[in-house]
Amino acid sequence: MSQESIQTDILTRLDTDGSIADTAVLPYASDLILGVLNSLLSKEILTYTAIKGEKWVLTIEGQEVASGGSPEVALFNLIPSDTGFAVADAQKQMGEKAKIAMSNAMSKKWLKKQGDQLVRAVDSVADQVQADLINIQETGAFEDARALQDYKRRKLVSAEKITSYSVQKGERFTTNVQKEATEITAEMLRTGEWKDQTFKKYNFNAEGIQIRGGHLHPLMKVREEFRQIFFELGFEEMPTNQFVESSFWNFDALFQPQQHPARDMHDTFFLKDPAVAGEMPKDYVERVKQVHSKGGYGSIGYGYDWKYTEAEKLILRTHTTAKEFRPVKYFSIDRVFRNETVDATHLAEFHQIEGVIADRGATLGDLIGILYNFFRKLGIEKLRFKPAYNPYTEPSLEIFSWHTGFKKWVEIGNSGMFRPEMLRPLGLPEDVSVIAWGLSLERPTMIKYSIDNIRELLGHKVDLEMVMTNPICRLDKKMGREI
Amino acid sequence: MPTVNVFKDVLFKALGREYSTEQFEELCFEYGIELEDETSEQEMVKKEQGEEKAKGKSNRGIYRIDVPANRYDLLCAEGLSRALKVYVGNAKPPVYKLVQPAGGKVQKVTVLPETAQIRPHLVCAVLRGITFDQDTYDSFIELQDKLHNNICRKRTLVAIGTHDLDTLKGPFTYEALAPTNIKFVPLNQTKEMNAEELMTFYESDRKLSKFLHIIRDSPVYPVIYDSNRTVLSLPPIINSNHSKIALETKNVFIECTATDITKARVVLNTIVAMFSQYCAEPFTVEPVEIATPNSTSTHRTPDISSRTVEATVGYINKSIGIHITADEVVRYLAKMSLSATLSSSRKSVSVSVPITRSDILHACDVMEDVAIAYGFNKIAKTVPRSITVGAPFPLNKLADFVRRELALSGYTEVLPLILCSHDENYEWLRRKDNGEAVKLANPQTIEFQVVRTSLIQGVLKTISSNKAVALPIKVFEVSDVVFKDESRERKSRNQRNMCVVFASKTSAFETVHGILDRIMAMLNVKLVSPDAAQDGYFIRESDNPTYFPGRCAEVVHKALSIGHLGIVHPEVLQKFEVPFPCTALEINIEPFL
Repeated sequence: MSQESIQTDILTRLDTDGSIADTAVLPYASDLILGVLNSLLSKEILTYTAIKGEKWVLTIEGQEVASGGSPEVALFNLIPSDTGFAVADAQKQMGEKAKIAMSNAMSKKWLKKQGDQLVRAVDSVADQVQADLINIQETGAFEDARALQDYKRRKLVSAEKITSYSVQKGERFTTNVQKEATEITAEMLRTGEWKDQTFKKYNFNAEGIQIRGGHLHPLMKVREEFRQIFFELGFEEMPTNQFVESSFWNFDALFQPQQHPARDMHDTFFLKDPAVAGEMPKDYVERVKQVHSKGGYGSIGYGYDWKYTEAEKLILRTHTTAKEFRPVKYFSIDRVFRNETVDATHLAEFHQIEGVIADRGATLGDLIGILYNFFRKLGIEKLRFKPAYNPYTEPSLEIFSWHTGFKKWVEIGNSGMFRPEMLRPLGLPEDVSVIAWGLSLERPTMIKYSIDNIRELLGHKVDLEMVMTNPICRLDKKMGREI
Repeated sequence: MPTVNVFKDVLFKALGREYSTEQFEELCFEYGIELEDETSEQEMVKKEQGEEKAKGKSNRGIYRIDVPANRYDLLCAEGLSRALKVYVGNAKPPVYKLVQPAGGKVQKVTVLPETAQIRPHLVCAVLRGITFDQDTYDSFIELQDKLHNNICRKRTLVAIGTHDLDTLKGPFTYEALAPTNIKFVPLNQTKEMNAEELMTFYESDRKLSKFLHIIRDSPVYPVIYDSNRTVLSLPPIINSNHSKIALETKNVFIECTATDITKARVVLNTIVAMFSQYCAEPFTVEPVEIATPNSTSTHRTPDISSRTVEATVGYINKSIGIHITADEVVRYLAKMSLSATLSSSRKSVSVSVPITRSDILHACDVMEDVAIAYGFNKIAKTVPRSITVGAPFPLNKLADFVRRELALSGYTEVLPLILCSHDENYEWLRRKDNGEAVKLANPQTIEFQVVRTSLIQGVLKTISSNKAVALPIKVFEVSDVVFKDESRERKSRNQRNMCVVFASKTSAFETVHGILDRIMAMLNVKLVSPDAAQDGYFIRESDNPTYFPGRCAEVVHKALSIGHLGIVHPEVLQKFEVPFPCTALEINIEPFL
């Protein structure tokens, strides 16, 4: 049935009868009727109100009974009129329906049990259930409420919500509906037709058409914001396109002792192939060995047996901390690897954001000052620093910010001044100090975009719809979890 | 970070006042420890074993405090309250003293040369006239556990044994014997067993089983005997039941066996510094004479003499960025339990580092303590003086250009992981393992076996988990892949690739070819004919097992192949469970730097 013919039917009925009390009498699907009504409503040709109603329909089982009869009648017909029938055989023949059939036939006193035999108690039966269901199928209703409840309990019928409409004439009622245009066309402009054309009323509450353009990943949007902040503060981006690192450069060079727990198999990915690094700068390796095992540059060292075989082991880098310094401000945002058990907040890979400043006479006050500048650009004004421990920085400061939503101080990063035992073997002059801080990229992103599970952010389990619909990142504006 | 449980009443008594939770939290924060939780034995049992078990347990308030991993002196209630007491100015740090035993004859241990094969170092000490109560006894046991788990690296580096000296008769020997030759009744057991049987016996023990591997396969096991051949302990596994300490024990013999002598000294010093507090004469320790195999002379342990670290006042002020006087430096250090004396010129301080502070290696550690005592949050905020110019890493800048162009062309960025399974990198892509991928030695799951050598598998995985998204799915990734490279120190190198996949109801070679042309146009790289001797790019038919035969081309730039484009082979799609045709392009973008 075309929309146009439904429209004609409705308008004709309104014209003759003045109104339609209930559209349920019309032989059209409810959603088609609604489409026509809405179209005519927007032209003020009619008005309508919805009538909520209920209709009884047959379940799949109910449909079976309506077409093939009820199980109790089927069972009755199985029993010969003159002799008994074994219960076990009834079960065999009727399968899972036997139980309900028996219980109904017994309660209706059609059959009785004699030992393990079923025998007829009446001569013949009528299938009232089947008749009732056919009735319900046709009318959608049934007079006997108790029987209806019984059929519902037996899961033969179910109630379905239906909506029909009561329709009245509108202010601009007419049976002659002029075709309204939705859009202005080039044709109209050329012919001047737009002057006489009536236009369909817009629904300004409707949503616009969804755009299917290209999209950047939210984590990369947040990365871009951080990069801009670093550029604004005069930082140069470090080359970090080297995932494989030797234990020496990743740990030993940072004055991290060889027995440190971070160097465990449980925390770091070691490599099988290639397994060991090639030749490392000999003199420097010797200086690092000395400062670990015996000390130097004013340090007593760790006093243990430093092993080259431990240092040359190749690993996937666990951080991106720089090891070469001239008076400069460096930053990096790149992937690092930890051999961790994966859960909602931990992945074996994540992005580390790091800022490093190497300068003659750089102070702890400078570190704190630059951190205020950095975090202010993220919209974070209130900071607090807690003394902490880190093998390669001294002092080490955990950075806390005041979370206005949680009403408490939360840790947002780590920072510190690199130890002389790390800097001096590199040949840095005594008056050059290096201050640095780091944080993960995923954590602020999860807060910004209200993402609970890191696996839904990084990795192949990401939801593309999430990538497509997330807003741009403005670190200085509140959004997501921060609100 | 280790967590230490301390009774609130004990702590407040030491600090000389009560604290509200907020006040105590603040104190912890400034000092560099963290109040993790406020609880009681009852609450802890309730949380772990349920309400029923918690009935009748004590509800005496406990603070759970996180301490830094290098402060072994804060691992027990004694050390923690002592340090805070000094910090708030309620006490002076103790001075530890060595004392001779009443008879004048110190205990002696001879280390036999065989121990060099398995656990060469031994240090010992005696605490005389100790008085434990239940709290301090529990704390003594707990500290040993904490040390074992932290600095001792689960007993591999150092193992501690503590014994009731009155049940033993010196002199002692530290030996290494075949397991079957060592027989004793282990702690809290009744049956004597040899060390081999003991190993089997403790295999199923939840706590001890994880230490067995340390010596299990060695032909000889370390063992300590007294002069009656009574076993003291089988380090690092277990003590004997004979010499076990109890609440009533008066004289405690402490032995630490080790593979790392520096750590053994720190561990022994930490125990004696913490628990000599309960000796008849507080803070006194009786030394033990150790005869080592390689030396004719003997030496005594523990060494409790304090070290000296020098730091100039100028260095401290300049590092922190503050201006305080020499006297203030001394005063701040005192707050941190460090006694310092001024040089005659008043330009430097000489800090006497107590045995509790093995974390102090350098003057910078002294500087940090001054900064903590001064208060991190009171330091004036400044900015570094040097003028610097910001600049991006050129490869990242190029990658960002390419990413933006791909997004402008209607593609959506995905970010799969860099690690993948061996199958995903090779077999599923119908590729043979040619040995170019970096392989991991200790992944926890097969998801992380190799570092990817191409991006396409991650992009296909992402499409596979987004099958419900309306077609066409147009996605890209610009990121690094890694290849082995023998010529480099790290034996490997990263390479920045770009990968585009178009998934729809039909394959779409021309669509993806169009993306290649677009990116090349934006990078100002000209399309040239294959036979022309010009700089530029072109594509030519190629065989690549990942792609469908006859539907694959390689991208050639300056006469070098930089990647492929083509219709992904149906067998590849099947492996990645992608039910619709995919057309892909993957090239190395580094030549366009």
